[in-house]
Amino acid sequence: MPHAEFLTQFQAALMGGALPDGVRACTLRPPQSPETVTEYTLSPAQTDPRVIPCTAEEVTRRFDVYRNNVAHSLSRALAARFPVVERVVGAEFFAAMAPIFLKQSLPQSPLLLEWGKDFPAFLDGFPPLAALPWLGDVARLELARGAAYHAADMPCLPPEALMQAASDAGAARLVLHPSVTVLASRWAVVTAWAMNQPGATPAPLPGNKPEAALILRDRRDEVPVQEIGPGDLAFVAGLHRGETLLQAAAEGQAAEPGHEPAGILTTLARRGALVGLHMGER
Amino acid sequence: MPLPAAPGIGFKPEHFAAIRAMRPDLGFIEVHAENYMGAGGPPHRMLESLRADFPLSIHGVGLSIGGASLDKAHLARLKVLMDRYQPDSFSEHLAWSSHGIFLNDLLPLPYTPETLRLVCDHVDQVQEALGRRMLLENPSTYVLFAQSVIPEVEFLNEISQITGCGLLLDVNNVFVSCHNHATDPRRYLADFNMKNVGEIHLGGHDAEELPEGTILIDAHGSPVADPVWTLYAEVIARCGALPTLIEWDNDVPEFQTLMAEAERARAVLNAPQRVPEPAHATC
Repeated sequence: MPHAEFLTQFQAALMGGALPDGVRACTLRPPQSPETVTEYTLSPAQTDPRVIPCTAEEVTRRFDVYRNNVAHSLSRALAARFPVVERVVGAEFFAAMAPIFLKQSLPQSPLLLEWGKDFPAFLDGFPPLAALPWLGDVARLELARGAAYHAADMPCLPPEALMQAASDAGAARLVLHPSVTVLASRWAVVTAWAMNQPGATPAPLPGNKPEAALILRDRRDEVPVQEIGPGDLAFVAGLHRGETLLQAAAEGQAAEPGHEPAGILTTLARRGALVGLHMGER
Repeated sequence: MPLPAAPGIGFKPEHFAAIRAMRPDLGFIEVHAENYMGAGGPPHRMLESLRADFPLSIHGVGLSIGGASLDKAHLARLKVLMDRYQPDSFSEHLAWSSHGIFLNDLLPLPYTPETLRLVCDHVDQVQEALGRRMLLENPSTYVLFAQSVIPEVEFLNEISQITGCGLLLDVNNVFVSCHNHATDPRRYLADFNMKNVGEIHLGGHDAEELPEGTILIDAHGSPVADPVWTLYAEVIARCGALPTLIEWDNDVPEFQTLMAEAERARAVLNAPQRVPEPAHATC
């Protein structure tokens, strides 16, 4: 059997299919204790009469070690990316749900830190979680935090650059650090995320309170989650699109009458989230 | 530069502060390559700091050298990591983990002339791409294959001879596999080409009771078991000191507990007493 075909069979067996051709196992009778090194005295040419082949049932139990290892390690890798989701639903529920997600979205790459982008949409459509419609957005927030944690390092702008930007807001285009994301939710996503941190006390969520989050990796390498209003949200989204300060500020005011960008700009600057400034056309 | 013949530990971010504060006497530190393939952020800050203070071993767990083909994109990511950190050693496994999808486990392959050619070809590609010699590690396995016509030790020795790669001897894996397949770990070790061994791994295993007897599972979540220490001491007594890693990846303990294991390895390394060699031993 060509190796690729063997791998296809093995992989199908891991997902619950029949064992690949040729899988076998053997064991010592009587079984030896694994607490010591078993003494063997025979030369390699001789067969130890104590070694007997395993039955089909026993071989399947051996193969189950691989089935369990793969299922468990992928489930734990998923939980490691979405610890708050796991805390909300409980470890037992999460462990039961993970294989259902895995069936439809196995990782394509060994780079697991990029895996799981489909998980929020899966949560949105998972019937047993219909009572937690905000959980998908909590997962989106966790994805954004993961991306921010691993985002490229960039030196931040010196303070005088911000002064220069402010002096010609119609021409200044600020570049955000690659870790910066904003996330808008119909639900109280920041509140839900915060009350499910280790040590926090979960409480009923405010029903119809939309929240938006600013996520970035700050100068101390931490990834805080800050609730922002609709004006800040629109302003940062404008900067993301490469708009001038003036254009982005207009977006902020359109979303939230009377909005002033000074507060969010200060936050971004203080946290090291402004990394470039272009004056003039893009 | 080869790794020093001293104890090392597998790095866990939980231990970073303790390592910075204590500056432990370690021959080297080993990290899993895939944890440092993000663009930036704290993982790279930690690795830069470790690199400055210790010899470094980068250990891949996702290259799938025993697969049908090598993932060129992953190899390119490895190359970036190697160029950036210039580690003293790079190692991977005689196993596969990807076949269209990534299974996040080290899976077994039959040992045949076809797979021997394939693995040698993959090792050649890795060594060429990275511009360096790699070490290939013996696996823990739970099943055998009727297709296998080459004993595992011979398979590894052949790969090493054909490609020029070194070997990483995981003594726990030897014990686990030999127990599971009812074969003699001392013979496995005697047949292993110790001249090409660039590093030793020691880790803990789990025992699962099955109706037909105990099966051992490579788990890296507990101290190194006594019989593994016994086999390790025999190898060191026979072959002299070798770079020795303590692996503890799950249920990560306090740093002091990990260091106690490293100290136990140091005691073995510092007291090599050559015993009469078996006639067929390779060192």
